[in-house]
Amino acid sequence: MSERPIKVLIAKPGLDGHDRGAKVLARGLRDEGFEVVYTGLRQTPEMIATAALQEDVDVVGLSILSGAHMTLLPKVTRLLRERGLDDVLVTAGGIIPDDDIPALQEAGVAAVFGPGTTIAEVAAYIRSHARTPEA
Amino acid sequence: MSDAGIRAVKLADAAVAGDRRALARLLTAVENRTAIAEAALRRLYPSTGRAHLVGITGAPGAGKSTLVAALIAEARQVGRAVAVVAVDPSSPITGGALLGDRVRMQAYASDDGVFIRSMASRGHAGGLAATSTSAATVLDAAGFDLVLLETVGTGQSEVEVAAAADTTVVLEAPDMGDEVQAIKAGLLEVADIVVVNKGDRPGAQRTAAQLRAMLTATASPRLASAARDEAADHPRPKRPEVLVTTASTGEGVPALLAALDRHRAAGRDGLADAARLARAEAQVWAIVSERLRGRFHGAATGPATESTLRAVAEHRLDPYTAADHLLASLTGGRPRA
Repeated sequence: MSERPIKVLIAKPGLDGHDRGAKVLARGLRDEGFEVVYTGLRQTPEMIATAALQEDVDVVGLSILSGAHMTLLPKVTRLLRERGLDDVLVTAGGIIPDDDIPALQEAGVAAVFGPGTTIAEVAAYIRSHARTPEA
Repeated sequence: MSDAGIRAVKLADAAVAGDRRALARLLTAVENRTAIAEAALRRLYPSTGRAHLVGITGAPGAGKSTLVAALIAEARQVGRAVAVVAVDPSSPITGGALLGDRVRMQAYASDDGVFIRSMASRGHAGGLAATSTSAATVLDAAGFDLVLLETVGTGQSEVEVAAAADTTVVLEAPDMGDEVQAIKAGLLEVADIVVVNKGDRPGAQRTAAQLRAMLTATASPRLASAARDEAADHPRPKRPEVLVTTASTGEGVPALLAALDRHRAAGRDGLADAARLARAEAQVWAIVSERLRGRFHGAATGPATESTLRAVAEHRLDPYTAADHLLASLTGGRPRA
């Protein structure tokens, strides 16, 4: 069978209305050959976990600029685990202070990409860390 | 039983029993056309055919996703379980895709009666992915009453969805063209129901009236029945209902759901037999040609084939003769059962 594309969910948890970054990333990952599910603004952790489950994505990328990352991101990773999605790679981007990163990693966010990260860097990270698809 | 067979049975049975994770994984296997998917589909197929498969198609931006969201809301009101297969195009260059149909369908995160799956077309032309019909079969087996197949944004001739669905809904936006557009062959011809969406825009009612005039006045009932008597197997044009909706507010959507039900009920009276047979034919032949192609392709990759192809590329040989040569070398040289 032909190689299957890695499937990525790009979601914006919380209430900030700034989705330009998420859209640019979604578009950029599309150009890198990923199948990107984009779910839009103002997602609850519940919505994100449901979308990840129904779409059977390999990666969940969370974009957050509101400052609520310490509340929302651990909630997303917990819901994913509760639904058996513990092999899904979770990454985050947006405005997240360095001091918060260890706690987020502890909560199951594998990587945090700050401002200035290139799409090629994100793509390379996903390719080397996402689960390998079943035959 | 093979390893794939055992895993397929486990996955299929879990999906049918209501395990949404298993259902999602099975759909991935279907998309990737794995051995597990084939074994699971063999197992599930006999218990399918219960769901109402509805195709939703139309131009990009006509409002397909918004209408699907409105249909989900309406169907949930009356307690029906709804699944959606939403197809968006894959890049012909990178193979990547942006699947954005969920954006408008997010209100049902904790409702087990709704399941939404995005699919990339992965190079398949015609408005669906090659595996969309199989995905719908799996969702049918999983017990959904209504399975909505949303195509990529289509032009005039992506009519494949009509073969995949029990009922085909073609969406039009107001003022999309004149009456001549309505009598061209193609997409509008395969519609069982035509919906003029964005009904709050000026021109929606007029567009609907024009479509009604052109689409439903194709033949008088007397002529149609005469034609039926003359040649029972001559394909007759459909006479679609034309409705107006405003999907963003839900206006007209109850009437659409009722029209879907009417069309399905009419299909039970035998009118849909031909459509079901056509669907079976399309499915089986697609598998046959895929397998033949795989078998030939595997056997035919060699220096002899390459020089034949080169001859065509350099215009020394025409493609028909080249194809005959290849077929003869494969079937003639080594006959197969």
